[in-house]
Amino acid sequence: MEEYALIMRHEDGLKVASPEQIQTWMKQTMDWINSISAQNKFVGGTGLPFADAKVVWHNKVVTNGPFGDIKETIGGFIMVKAGSVEEAVELAKGCPVLQGEGNSVEVRKIAKGDGIH
Amino acid sequence: MDQQELIPHLFREEFRKIIAVISKRLGFDHIDVAEDIASETFLSALEIWPYKGLPENPVAWLYTVAKNKAKNKIARDLLFLQKIAPQIKYTAPQNEEIEIDLSYKNITDSQLQMLFALCHPSIPPEGQIGLSLRILCGFGIDEIANAFLTNKETINKRLSRAKEKLRTEKVQIEFPIASEINSRLNNVLTTLYLLFSEGYYSEIKDCTLREGLCMEAIRLTHLLIENDQTNLPEVNALLSLMYFHSSRFPARKNDHGEIILYQDQDESLWDRELISKGAYYLHRSSRGNNVSKYHFEAGIAYWHTIKNDTKEKWENILQLYNHLLKIEYSSITALNRIYALARTIGKEEAIVEAEQLKLEDNHFYFALLGELYFDIDKRKAKENFLKAHLLARTQPDKKSIQKKIDMC
Repeated sequence: MEEYALIMRHEDGLKVASPEQIQTWMKQTMDWINSISAQNKFVGGTGLPFADAKVVWHNKVVTNGPFGDIKETIGGFIMVKAGSVEEAVELAKGCPVLQGEGNSVEVRKIAKGDGIH
Repeated sequence: MDQQELIPHLFREEFRKIIAVISKRLGFDHIDVAEDIASETFLSALEIWPYKGLPENPVAWLYTVAKNKAKNKIARDLLFLQKIAPQIKYTAPQNEEIEIDLSYKNITDSQLQMLFALCHPSIPPEGQIGLSLRILCGFGIDEIANAFLTNKETINKRLSRAKEKLRTEKVQIEFPIASEINSRLNNVLTTLYLLFSEGYYSEIKDCTLREGLCMEAIRLTHLLIENDQTNLPEVNALLSLMYFHSSRFPARKNDHGEIILYQDQDESLWDRELISKGAYYLHRSSRGNNVSKYHFEAGIAYWHTIKNDTKEKWENILQLYNHLLKIEYSSITALNRIYALARTIGKEEAIVEAEQLKLEDNHFYFALLGELYFDIDKRKAKENFLKAHLLARTQPDKKSIQKKIDMC
């Protein structure tokens, strides 16, 4: 088993979402994560608030997020256990943020500290 | 992971409570800030709950976050006033403890005060309804746009104009003084009545949304009933009328979502519980000497909950329409009265009265004339139905009139 990070990219919900919409997202996200933990493949995860986000550039200039011209940026990630990247991709396909046009989930293997990887 | 489920519509309900309390604290100048704080609170929940599980008391969690966000905002503003703009004299005590009171009482009071503020006479009716849906019902801009069959831009403009008006008119979020309650209440009742009608007569296909608007109107009317100063006969009459009409929701549409007319409805589908609530508030409305148009409309709605066409039923309806027209004339009421007249005195007499109305830009007028002529003169009936067809604006209306034309 490898561990993979599923990194969600989407727009800041503040300007687009109604309370009812946020509650729908909440339910869908919980259902998604519950289905992964039901297979004993959920490791952990967190949301990354858009509020007060900053970017520090190479010249140490600090800017506020969002981040350049892209509206979709990292809003959170979860870590899952999977036998292969294909399996992790299948889990990612269930992610509710994919309902939004332009949104994406990046699947990345987490490096192990076993000296081989 | 906690398997507990969220209460349906919890966020919408808490949104309107949080926004009422924070807006009251910050004033209409900062209503956009209050909206942002409420929305950010739910986004914070979305960033945490799915990963860590639901908190033991989700509502308390939301209130704590909302309070902290509001306090931070106020503290930042204070800092700005003290440090960056020292030339502005700030009179509030420096170390005032910032309190955001999310107690049941303050939530209820703030919502009622907000209802009066949003229904301020200086705001145009469509602005009042739009703002009420946003701030007192917790609807999103998309949802309001759907309800009004328009787009987001139109609604955004409408809401920001209404908010601007609230600021320039310096409308306060407070309960009107005793001498003004009656006149201000009239305005509030009109808005609630329009909100209900918007849902009840709307052309939108989405039944959930349509019924949702009606239920919101009922909920807001209950806010007035719960307060001693506004629990007045006309408020009870309005609530009664809303319950009577709502009782027919399950019978009003067929499987294709098309409206089924009153006379064709299956009365066994009418919601008896809502009818008895209507009767309860109708009874409570009959105190004092003040008879409002809502009393007559509730009376008419009551008789419509009895499906059997007795002479008594239509005579009572006719009398109620007569009274209603004296208080407030409208062409729709006049046409409805003609129908009641036909059911009591007869179609010939009704035709004579109808033709005096000359509502020649109204498709209901010609549809009613067609109906009245149907058994008397098929050629004239068809003539009128054709005119109605030409004037009708919606496809369902055109379709049902076409059926009549084919029968002539």
